[in-house]
Amino acid sequence: MNKQSNLYTIIYIIVLVAVVGTALAFTAISLKPKQVANANADKMRQILASVNVNPPADSVIEYYDRYITSAYAVNSRDEKLDDVDAFNVNIAAQIKLPADERVLPVFECTMPDGSYKLILPLYGAGLWGPIWGYVSLDSDATTVYGAYFAHQGETPGLGAEIEKPAFSSQFAGKVLFKDGNFMPIAVVKAGQHPSGDEDYVDGISGGTITSKGVGTMIDNCLTPYKSFLEATAAAAK
Amino acid sequence: MAEKISNKEVFFNPFSKNNPVVVQILGICSVLAVTAKLEPAIVMGLSVIAVLAFSNVIISLIRNTIPTNIRIIVQLVVVAGLVVIVSQLLAAYAYDVSKQLSVFIGLIITNCILMGRLEAFAMGNRPWPSFLDGIGNGIGYALILVIVGFFRELLGSGTLLGYTVIPQCAYEAGYVNNGLMILPPMALIVVACIIWVQRSINKDLQEK
Repeated sequence: MNKQSNLYTIIYIIVLVAVVGTALAFTAISLKPKQVANANADKMRQILASVNVNPPADSVIEYYDRYITSAYAVNSRDEKLDDVDAFNVNIAAQIKLPADERVLPVFECTMPDGSYKLILPLYGAGLWGPIWGYVSLDSDATTVYGAYFAHQGETPGLGAEIEKPAFSSQFAGKVLFKDGNFMPIAVVKAGQHPSGDEDYVDGISGGTITSKGVGTMIDNCLTPYKSFLEATAAAAK
Repeated sequence: MAEKISNKEVFFNPFSKNNPVVVQILGICSVLAVTAKLEPAIVMGLSVIAVLAFSNVIISLIRNTIPTNIRIIVQLVVVAGLVVIVSQLLAAYAYDVSKQLSVFIGLIITNCILMGRLEAFAMGNRPWPSFLDGIGNGIGYALILVIVGFFRELLGSGTLLGYTVIPQCAYEAGYVNNGLMILPPMALIVVACIIWVQRSINKDLQEK
């Protein structure tokens, strides 16, 4: 058979692609459960990181089950949504919806000292790609207890610094409500102040767009929780 | 084949005399990117050894059937398939490492060493020598990665594989980790030092 003929070439490449495609499909399907389990464990680790709990790699699920006592979802009118799996809500898709149509997951965390925290997920855009995180609030639903941020591909040493505790620890103690008004925390250039009197943290020098992204993300993701947080704050008093 | 070389030479030459990184200067970009810590450097090295050995064998097995006008495409399909399998395996069994290596596993596809070995060796040799050539070149690449990773993690973070090795008393006596070592440019300087040492030992590699 003439190996340089067009027919041979076409048949050859079709067979090759079919064989490689089958091998890839088989690998992907057989490894899927393990990969999903890994991704879920990683998400649990991130949720726990927002309350400053850093479990060893092999006991993340155990820690998660111990700390996170319930997970549910609400909507922007503070109505609890039944039959929603809060853990698997796709935040990336939710933030594209108008605020009043969003499904808003809430994770309740009980600390070893008996105190109780609320953990809310965040998702937004940095300079090069998505950024996300979790913010935890004290039981008064007003004071930030801790925060965790992560990114996909921000510049190392600049925007990527948002994942360092030096940045995220600034959020602890900031408040979301002042005199009953809801005011998400702003991220500003170091040394500057926001125009309103909301609480603020310093952004990263050289990572201005990523820092602004964090500010926008907090604003966009926490504002729909306003009714829920107000009701929780009122109940806690 | 222009010259007959023994399997032993095929296997051992890439370690030093014909090292893909420090002699042929191939695959430098991944050396810069994954060597800030030792662990990803080792995993990246092992991944490249695996992909290179298997793609060499596969291409060598089918070398007589490949139509010459699409041989590069065939090589790419085989390499890309293997790389995706490696990346899926890492995501399943070494999730943290796969997160850390992220795009670089995918970029093995474009690592010049792979296409270089496939085109230069596997297309013209039997499977067993091709397998040795793949393993040899993979180890040659991994060796450099591990040496660079070793120095960058030791001097940059004071740890090896995540374990602290610089004693606390050294820090108390005023020793400071060199943060510059973690940044990519220092990988180039470490590679340059390796090249310097290697060429001082192997005089025949020195350019006149």
